[in-house]
Amino acid sequence: MRILSLAGRRLAASIPTLFLILIGVFLLLQFAPGDTVDALMAQMGGGDAATARDLRKFYGLDVSVPMQLANYLWHLVQLDLGFSSIYGKPVATVILERLPPTILLMTASLSFAFFFGLVFGVIASRAVNKWPDTLISTLGLIFYATPSFWFGLMAIVVFSIYLQWLPAGGFEDIGQVQSGFWRVIDIARHLILPTLTLGLIFLAIYLRIMRASMLEVLNLDYVRTARAKGLDETRVVTGHVLRNALLPMVTLIGLQAGTMLGGSVVVESVFSLPGLGRLAYESVVQRDLNTLLGIVFVSALLVITVNFVVDLLYARLDPRISAEG
Amino acid sequence: MDAAKRYFRSPAAVIGLVLLLVVIAMALSAGILFPRDPLALAGRPLVWPFTNPRFPLGTDNSGRDIAAQIFYGSRISLLIGGVATAIAIAIGTLIGAFAGYYGGWVDNILMRITEAFQTLPNFVLLLVFVAVFGSTLTTVTIAIGVVCWPAPARLTRAEFLSLRNREFVQAGRTLGMRDLQLILGEILPNALPPVIVYASVLMALSILLESALAFLRLSDPNVASWGNLIGLGRDVLRVQWYVSAIPGIAILVTVLAVSLVGQGLNDALNPRLKSR
Repeated sequence: MRILSLAGRRLAASIPTLFLILIGVFLLLQFAPGDTVDALMAQMGGGDAATARDLRKFYGLDVSVPMQLANYLWHLVQLDLGFSSIYGKPVATVILERLPPTILLMTASLSFAFFFGLVFGVIASRAVNKWPDTLISTLGLIFYATPSFWFGLMAIVVFSIYLQWLPAGGFEDIGQVQSGFWRVIDIARHLILPTLTLGLIFLAIYLRIMRASMLEVLNLDYVRTARAKGLDETRVVTGHVLRNALLPMVTLIGLQAGTMLGGSVVVESVFSLPGLGRLAYESVVQRDLNTLLGIVFVSALLVITVNFVVDLLYARLDPRISAEG
Repeated sequence: MDAAKRYFRSPAAVIGLVLLLVVIAMALSAGILFPRDPLALAGRPLVWPFTNPRFPLGTDNSGRDIAAQIFYGSRISLLIGGVATAIAIAIGTLIGAFAGYYGGWVDNILMRITEAFQTLPNFVLLLVFVAVFGSTLTTVTIAIGVVCWPAPARLTRAEFLSLRNREFVQAGRTLGMRDLQLILGEILPNALPPVIVYASVLMALSILLESALAFLRLSDPNVASWGNLIGLGRDVLRVQWYVSAIPGIAILVTVLAVSLVGQGLNDALNPRLKSR
């Protein structure tokens, strides 16, 4: 119950943040040259002033900015994100269609980065300042400095063009319609390279944090006690150290959720995945500001959700937090 | 001097410094080695590297010298990295200082705004800025700086919270110093070192952000930027992959150098943390 009330309070606290973001971005978008109607008219190949006036009235753009903002927020509360003139569909529909690939990509990258970050971090901390530690830490530094889109392109050159093992882009094979098991396999094959590309930089961060946190916990008194009891090293690490060393790693997931979402904009563009990130890019290029605002809203929601889940996880891993909170 | 000695004891930090000096040397010598406009057509398109001595690193899709673009690109990367970092740190320290010094409702409001910025993915916010203000070198640099300020703000705030009631501050207060004098003259200089060390992280991040924008063709197309060249090379990736490969290595080396120098500085300035 304590965890639930903690969770509820955290969620309530994030609502003002959400509104602050929306108001800020909405006002920012007012500086943009032209509006939806201009974009629409340009697409139709021009039109007269009367049509423009009617369209502005239809989209509610004929009232003052504060009124527009109030209207937008009012629609938002009813989960209505407005209409995308470029895609000819409600923004919410467009975003919902594009959400699954992004969530799949983010989950896969996060699991990949977390798991291997944990394993390599533990290995490095067990062999501190010996060659495995040096090797792992050096690789981590290089991964951290590699631009993800460049890594993606090079992976395409090696694995798709020369070795022809994996597809170079797309979410699934459109040529052959598959169903059930084979479709899952097909999508998984398409996601391998994007997952590695997006996950690499986070792998580097996680392994560094895991190594540092393991080293810290390994020096604590209770670990010395466990060793003194005669437990072998594997048992000490898995049974006693890991759980406490994991805490900073879990915190980091929440902090990195936004970065990961931002990274997927680039990675989805490299691998032409039809996800939210690619949609963000397209709506910038096509000046579809309504969709862009919707994406901002959904990304903020996603980050808040991830942080919420992290809080719950944290409370489970460290019971002191829910007791104090 | 101890700090300098400690810095040069670490091989990683020395390697980082050497790499960074090489990049700076490239930026400085670009105009001498390649007097012509790096974006001007120089020869046949898509000449492979090491095949024509006139173009040691080959030419791109439209016959522009890749080596020249790499040299001039280092200017753009260092410039954007440096200026964006300065902007982020200026905004961040100012907001963090006021939040930490005054506490209470000022802190509350400023931290709410910081939180809002942190909830939004950096890159998505950057896209919004570019969509609104366009993508000249100036707007892109400012946008990157504006997107990156929350982390230094939090760092500064934490420092101010621990420093604001120290004896030297109270002494200043009894002497009748005004708040602004205390904040800028007394506390800020003591709060800055960790923020300065963090600048290397920000600089690495800014360089990566700009290159990603340029790769997506959302940065300034009229300058020789490494990200632009990678985006261009993408069109001929199938066969002439070197067009993308070479500038990527340049970005990697620069970001690596900046990170190593930052880490070295951190270890040299905070020797107590070295053991971790």
